[in-house]
Amino acid sequence: MPDRILNIVVYLSLIVLIAVTCYPLLYVLSASLSDGDRLMTAGGLLWKPLGFSTLAYERALANPALWRGYWNTLLLVVGGILLNLSMMIVGAYVLSRRNVLWNKVFIKLIVVTMFFNAGLIPFYLVVKGIGMMNTLWALLIPFAIKTFHLIIMRTAFLSLPPELEESAQIDGANHRDMLVKLVVPLSMPVISVIMLYTAVDKWNMWFIPSVFIQDRMLYPLQLVLREILINNVTDSISIGASVGEARKIGETIKYATIMLTTLPVLFIYPFLQKYFVKGALVGAVKG
Amino acid sequence: MNKERIVKDFKRNKWLYALALPIVAYYVVFQYFPMLGAVIAFQHYSPMKGILGSEWAGLSHFVAFFDSYYFGRLIRNTLYLSVYSLLFEFSAPIVLALFMNEIRFRFFKSLVQTVSFLPYFVSLIVVGGIIKDLTRSGGLINAAYTWLTGGSGQDMLQQPELFRTIYVLSEIWQRAGWESIIYLAALATIPIQQYEAARIDGASRWRQMISITLPGLLPTIVIMLILRVGHMLDIGYEKILLLYNPVIYDTADVISTFVYRKGLLDYDWSFSSAVGLFNSTISLLLLLIANWVSRKTTGNSLW
Repeated sequence: MPDRILNIVVYLSLIVLIAVTCYPLLYVLSASLSDGDRLMTAGGLLWKPLGFSTLAYERALANPALWRGYWNTLLLVVGGILLNLSMMIVGAYVLSRRNVLWNKVFIKLIVVTMFFNAGLIPFYLVVKGIGMMNTLWALLIPFAIKTFHLIIMRTAFLSLPPELEESAQIDGANHRDMLVKLVVPLSMPVISVIMLYTAVDKWNMWFIPSVFIQDRMLYPLQLVLREILINNVTDSISIGASVGEARKIGETIKYATIMLTTLPVLFIYPFLQKYFVKGALVGAVKG
Repeated sequence: MNKERIVKDFKRNKWLYALALPIVAYYVVFQYFPMLGAVIAFQHYSPMKGILGSEWAGLSHFVAFFDSYYFGRLIRNTLYLSVYSLLFEFSAPIVLALFMNEIRFRFFKSLVQTVSFLPYFVSLIVVGGIIKDLTRSGGLINAAYTWLTGGSGQDMLQQPELFRTIYVLSEIWQRAGWESIIYLAALATIPIQQYEAARIDGASRWRQMISITLPGLLPTIVIMLILRVGHMLDIGYEKILLLYNPVIYDTADVISTFVYRKGLLDYDWSFSSAVGLFNSTISLLLLLIANWVSRKTTGNSLW
């Protein structure tokens, strides 16, 4: 194949890729700002809002479930970061110490869980048995450690020069000093990447909450979204709206809600992109 | 390991062992307890009687599963989805990385990267919602499909024969950019001299891509492939749960969604655990086989 044709193929397919990736987002944005009744009758491509109305946003923002969802998700993200990072930093610290007799056994038993698990039901029964059902703890504690992340962190701690630690020990540093003054500051790149991933995990989690949470007051954002998007429950939002207004809001409320829940991620993403990329590569090291 | 050594080690490292308690507790409670709990797959488990009091069922749940009407359908659907994913979704990021490698304009390259990673961070609920919306009767994708094939314009998620395509394409949409990162990194390690030598020999860029770049990626591809095979049976059931409905169970219902329905919606815990255990065991076997084959043939292996 001559170079010129290769160029055409490459650029053309990447441009198509960009278009296909961006279009759904543009579509959602346009639809969210459209007039509900005009959107209903129009089909096909949408490049800009049909008419212009912010009614859907007003309605979506007036939905108390959305705010509760935001609050619960915020608790999950903050709690998840604190819990997971402290568990994994301490765990990885222990596992990365040399000349600790049982570490080899620990590591083997931990890696096994990456390749074999008991399945959903026994796990569910354990969480239920502890009495965590229907609390946000059920979304935090059973997921306090992600084995993959733990191993990445251990690898990072192991790669610190042993001489540093030895000299610190000679100076009389105890484990707390070593951890707080040496290991954690030197491993900040990896720790911050894992922090980001934990935050994204918690922000996007929906399946586990749908299994462990029945109380609608505790629904995280994604479950609130699911009711509106997947199960098509928009009545609670339209309550209080006149028939005509309800029809006018119609589908647009869905799109407005998508925008309101996805914007924070889309907004932060460009600034953090390079950390995420770094993270994908950290994950590539062999366990 | 003699007793003296254990005692000595424990004395020296007692604080470290104290620090290890939280993670040991975590793994015992949330990873190993459930493995013990999986014995309910061999019982007629009832929550009232508990694991110790429930009657034993032997392999009857497994036999019931193998004999059931669902068995063939679930295996078939699971395999179809994972093989299609392996063929298309696994190769998409490789092609993407190869293509990105051919771009000479920095700006365009970083644009492609930023845009193609983005969908990975959009939540599954939103992706599912958008898919539903675009494929429903009158939706954009549906309209295009109807126009192309002259179909009826019926909701595409109500047509069993379309589900696999929708699933695999949406997986590519969401993951290809992200998964290409690892290949892009591997590309950067291929020595530039190889390309220079090839250019002197008059090799076209296509030729260089096939004879230098692709072989350079091979070790990475093999490792990713082994990992992938180990996860063949637990394909993205979270997405399937969001998209499927009884009308398309014929093509969309897979082992893990079945486990979910039987266990958490029908409360048939023992039977559901048996199916789950079967799933985990086959997954582990697949991983071991893939790893063994790879070690024998290419020398790459996970451990």
